[in-house]
Amino acid sequence: MTGILWVHLVKDLRIEWRSREAVNSMLFFALLVVVLFSLSFDPQGAFSRDIAGGVLCVATMFASVSALNQAWAREIRHQVLDAQRMAPTPGADMFLAKVLANFLFVTVVQVVLAPVFVVMYNLRILGDAWKLALVLPLGTWALVANGTFFAALSIRSRNRELLLPLILFPIFMPALLAMVLATGSILTGDSDPTLWIKLLLGYDIIFTTVSLLLFEIVLHAE
Amino acid sequence: MKKLAISLYAAFTVYLLIRGFHQAIFVAPDESTMHEIQRIFYYHVPSAMSAFLFFAISLVGSIGFLASRRNQPEFAQRFDALALAGAEVGVVFCSVVLVTGPIWGRRAWGIWWTWDARLTTTLILWLIYVSYLLLRRFAAGPQVQTLAAVLGIFGAIDVPIVYMANRWWRTQHPSPVFFGGADSGISPKMLAAFLWNIAAWIAWGVLILGFRYYVERQSQKALAHEAQQALDHV
Repeated sequence: MTGILWVHLVKDLRIEWRSREAVNSMLFFALLVVVLFSLSFDPQGAFSRDIAGGVLCVATMFASVSALNQAWAREIRHQVLDAQRMAPTPGADMFLAKVLANFLFVTVVQVVLAPVFVVMYNLRILGDAWKLALVLPLGTWALVANGTFFAALSIRSRNRELLLPLILFPIFMPALLAMVLATGSILTGDSDPTLWIKLLLGYDIIFTTVSLLLFEIVLHAE
Repeated sequence: MKKLAISLYAAFTVYLLIRGFHQAIFVAPDESTMHEIQRIFYYHVPSAMSAFLFFAISLVGSIGFLASRRNQPEFAQRFDALALAGAEVGVVFCSVVLVTGPIWGRRAWGIWWTWDARLTTTLILWLIYVSYLLLRRFAAGPQVQTLAAVLGIFGAIDVPIVYMANRWWRTQHPSPVFFGGADSGISPKMLAAFLWNIAAWIAWGVLILGFRYYVERQSQKALAHEAQQALDHV
């Protein structure tokens, strides 16, 4: 089972390594969002710490939508997805590989974006900075796991690029709230983010399980 | 016979609605602190309860569809119609809650809106089910039923998480009036008006649900008929 997952993952990573479509477009898009937000809010001092967490999370969220749409659009070309559906392998492997690949892409974007972010918002982290290494991956996983699932769900509809954010964002809202509040409390050092980290963890476990269980149904929907 | 029963039920619903209106506006006593504006309670809370009831019906429809779509396609179609009708009626009730809430809040709290646990939860619930209806509109073809059922289940799982998240975040909405502890409960006359309105609005919702279910079934049958004719011509 892990062998198939590995094959899917290597394939997705190789495609991305050759084209660098997803990471580049996400990176530029996220950068644009960060610049736009700093232009419209003129963040300085304590205020920049208050909003920085929210801006980072929302920028990641908007940016990831473009990559998530790409993830399955590749499979549609040349009827690859139909071939995948006929292959005698569990769909969950393909799903999990896609989630892992996209998780890596979004994480790369965040790692590159973070220094830019710190500079543009004049940030000085007042809380435990290492907790960010817990919050951001958990939040990203929530976004990417649900996003990959809903991208697969909306792939065969008309105007699918439009549909994905419309169905993903409402479901993602509690995780976004937890992510924003946890990042905010780490940046300002005012409160303890433990509760929000637990909520994110719970959200990840619940929705990853449900996605894995229901993915076969979505893949074979006819 | 069937038409007579439906007409009788519709007439009964209208009677309940009139009775509920009379009870809420003329019979129920004036509330001591909020006065007349408190009467919106008889619409706000029953609508909220109905919204949850019809979303639950939609969830039952979604699960039923997924469970029976392989073995009993005929049942699955019924479940699908139920899921769609439940979601639509639920969205209507949820919209009523979201409209009456701010009107009440403006008088009682002095503000139209606040990002409190229950308000935010209701708003997100509304957004989730509107996105469900959008999916049904956008996705074409027979797979839309399966996809919508999956999204319906996702939405239903999300609701308790949204609620807990917002509850930890902040709370301004009053704690539950019923079963909420020692101070909860309302005067008997208010309770009577409240119960009449719950009965009336649920009866009305079931009536609309029935109509919507019927319309959806007709359109399913028309589609199936068209497909069959196309096959026969080949």
